[in-house]
Amino acid sequence: MQGLEKLMLERATALLQSGEVDRVIGWKRGESYYDNSPATFTKDNLEGFVYNGFCGANLSKYLVAESKKEGKMLVFLKPCDTYSFNQLLSEHRIEREKFHVIGIGCNGHLDINKVYAEGVEGILSMTEDEDNLIVETVYGEKRVEKEKVLLVKCETCKSKEFAVADETLVVGEMKPAKSNRFDVVKELEAMTEEQRYAFWKAQLSKCIRCNACRNVCPACTCINCVFDNNASGIAGKANSDEFEEKLYHIVRAYHVAGRCTDCGECSRVCPQNIPLHLINRKFIKDINENYGEYQAGAEVNARNPLVNYTKTDVEASEVVDGGDK
Amino acid sequence: MHRIGVFVCHCGSNIAATVDVERVSEALSHEAGVVHSVNYQYMCSENGQQLIKNAIKEHSLTGIVVCSCSPRMHEATFRKTAEAAGLNPYMVEIANIREQCSWIHKDIEEATEKAIVLARTAVAKLTLNKPLIAGETGVTKRALVIGGGIAGIQAALDIADAGYEVDIVEKNPTIGGRMAQLDKTFPTLDCSACILTPKMVDCAQHEKINIYSYSEVDKVKGFVGNFKVTIKKKARYVDETKCTGCGVCMANCPSKKGLNAFNMDLNTRPAIYIPFAQAIPNVAVIDPEQCIKLKTGKCGLCSMKCGVGAIDYKQQDTFVEREYGAIVVATGFKPISLENFNEYGYADNKDVITSLELERLMNAAGPSKGTLVRPSDGEHPHVITFIQCVGSRDVSGCGKPYCSKICCMYTAKHAMLIREKYPDTQVNVFYIDVRTPGKNYDEFYRRAVEQYGVNYIKGMVGKVYNENGKLMVQGSNLIDNEQVTIPSDLVVLATAIEPDPSVKDLATKLTISIDTNNFLTEAHAKLKPVECATAGVYLAGVCQGPKDVPETVAQASAAASKVIGLLAKDKLKGNPCVAHANEMTCTGCSQCAEVCPYGAITYENKEFRIGGGKTEKRRVASVNPAVCQGCGACTVTCPSGAMDIHGFSSAQILKEVEAICKR
Repeated sequence: MQGLEKLMLERATALLQSGEVDRVIGWKRGESYYDNSPATFTKDNLEGFVYNGFCGANLSKYLVAESKKEGKMLVFLKPCDTYSFNQLLSEHRIEREKFHVIGIGCNGHLDINKVYAEGVEGILSMTEDEDNLIVETVYGEKRVEKEKVLLVKCETCKSKEFAVADETLVVGEMKPAKSNRFDVVKELEAMTEEQRYAFWKAQLSKCIRCNACRNVCPACTCINCVFDNNASGIAGKANSDEFEEKLYHIVRAYHVAGRCTDCGECSRVCPQNIPLHLINRKFIKDINENYGEYQAGAEVNARNPLVNYTKTDVEASEVVDGGDK
Repeated sequence: MHRIGVFVCHCGSNIAATVDVERVSEALSHEAGVVHSVNYQYMCSENGQQLIKNAIKEHSLTGIVVCSCSPRMHEATFRKTAEAAGLNPYMVEIANIREQCSWIHKDIEEATEKAIVLARTAVAKLTLNKPLIAGETGVTKRALVIGGGIAGIQAALDIADAGYEVDIVEKNPTIGGRMAQLDKTFPTLDCSACILTPKMVDCAQHEKINIYSYSEVDKVKGFVGNFKVTIKKKARYVDETKCTGCGVCMANCPSKKGLNAFNMDLNTRPAIYIPFAQAIPNVAVIDPEQCIKLKTGKCGLCSMKCGVGAIDYKQQDTFVEREYGAIVVATGFKPISLENFNEYGYADNKDVITSLELERLMNAAGPSKGTLVRPSDGEHPHVITFIQCVGSRDVSGCGKPYCSKICCMYTAKHAMLIREKYPDTQVNVFYIDVRTPGKNYDEFYRRAVEQYGVNYIKGMVGKVYNENGKLMVQGSNLIDNEQVTIPSDLVVLATAIEPDPSVKDLATKLTISIDTNNFLTEAHAKLKPVECATAGVYLAGVCQGPKDVPETVAQASAAASKVIGLLAKDKLKGNPCVAHANEMTCTGCSQCAEVCPYGAITYENKEFRIGGGKTEKRRVASVNPAVCQGCGACTVTCPSGAMDIHGFSSAQILKEVEAICKR
């Protein structure tokens, strides 16, 4: 990982120096090893540029705002982030020529809360090797298997392919995820209606309407979100009744249906650990089954099956019956 | 401030017998915004409309709700009424308390309660209505007729005679359709070709008619008065402008084993062919599946022999885009496949034939030159048994539930013609019922029985099997209450008819609807029999339902008169209930344009001020109101809610839902 960071910094510096790009978007070191946030850098200031196991954030959405600015930007995208980039291109939210895309290798990013759950306390500093996170604690050195502390979205990584990249930087081999991302959806489908309702009621009632899921979602790029728009009749932040929180999440899932690339950011940022990505993933699975395999963002300008009528489409009644399993 | 008037119609007893109209108007008088609420026996009558006009003026109404029949019946009436009283016609809402209430309920209490809710819903929507003004669009003074059978030919001739240009698109190499395959026509027994071919020639010679033969409708865009249609001209490998129809190519073609579809595959034709002698256009066509030159690159005999150099093996499909004001669909029918009817032995016995095959066997231009012979051995059949309702009136699922309508008459015709020409032949007809409504139809059938001695047997056939070269027809005779087995030489199946399969695809392109049997649906079963729910598209012939020739011709002329009425207008009033994009919230994602079936949405990079003396360019959607049909697909697709429809805004619909849910 440290090797990759060095290569990235070198390329960023070179591209900035040559004037090929004016700005760089990457991750910046926070107070701790695991506390990195997306940040932009310029030629004069690459201070704090970091890339380690705690750079799970998808940078694509920031490009909507960056695309409006003058000049060209270098963006580092992990394989799964490239799908979001393409989807935003398809929706005309970003301009391709404004960005130089470097695809960077990825074997999954880590969840600090899972590290804590492994019983690691008194953290002083961290380093990592290929398979392990090496944590210096007040009790001495602790090694945590990376596999055990992956972000939920990385446990079922959808792809190690770059859907778009002007160049790539990969160190070592990218290993595919061990489990299928639809396995959890199948578990939900296997539940009875009552069980499933109880599951989602329990999950969604934890929601505090902080809007983090919406704000981070690369498919949620409306200028004025219906939930912020007083004229929509459904604006508001607080949950006024039991249904309100469901309404928010279900409306959001419908708004991104067919456009969601399954980047998993919604669940990553949820402070209440609601597995929000599962709602979207159910839609993706249904789309695959009813209309044929479709991966949003795999290709620019591919028509999402939900807005593309073909004569071979299944009848609505079949979809309804199929959805009732 | 709203000043809403509510007008509850009794519709005689249609509504008043099931809905307590007095209670409805009383309940609505207490609704917020309602300042006037009355009921009346017939709101659509002259007096009823006057009552509405007076109330609008007297109470300074800002909008009205009429609780009556479906808006499809009288919305236009009441809009005009409102307009005459100085109110914007789009400040009228209809609460359908007839079709959606009184007609489907028996309990007065329940129906009244529902009527009140429906009326409240309309009031709720009306509070958000805004006056709308309809735009106008021009009319392209040209019609498209899809299908060149007798329906399409008649419609085209009528429209062209009125002075408008007509294009006929026919998928086969010639116009003429099914009627061209018929030998004689009931009830007069005149030769089908003798009455059809003059009309075909008229089409070819008419200066206003243009025939696209061997062509198909590829794409349809636009709307009433302004359709844009892409026509695919299939490669016929013969230059239409050069070919003289001399037939030398046909005589010299070495590949002669193609099945002759015009003769119902009863004989063969060369790979290059003209379907029949009177074909229009009289131009050859090459079957690419059969042509040796196209398949292997070797041969080219027809090209060598052609005196005018009309053969072009490199010809490709071409596409023509044409504009039309109106479209007539006349795609006709085909006999159903008999694969579900093994009991009649059609697949196993050459001498079990369909009625359309018999037409060809009896026709002078047919495979046997008009001599009735058995397909198996060329011998004259002495006992011929007809089986009616093969696949018609069949609710088992094997065939069609409907009556094909033409079979009783053509079977009587066949029986009569055979007895006339070959008096030594015994002719039997198995039937469920003989249905002969129509001018001189029953007389025709009676002649078959009484004058020609055709043996009609009431009963169904269970099985046809071959025994020592005889076709044994085993059925029941319900009159004598006995089982009968009739050894026959030829068995003729009166096969059910179904819409041509191309109609399904076409219906999608034209956004018109089809019923469960794939017949195209007319706008109203009784009062709009040739119109479609999609404005500017009209129906003629069997594509709409089973019909014989006279009915088809009548319907085609009716469709033509509708087209002429439309094309005679210079301007059409548009529908103001169309989509519009809110530029403040549109993100330019293009999903609306992708779902728009009319191509009404385009995008532009528009410059907006963003404060601080700066501007920003944003991609935003813009709707062409003349092209938009207000279907609403864009509004439900738009992720940001920027798309909305005038007169049917999301807010209005939510307000209606709220009113329905309120208790």
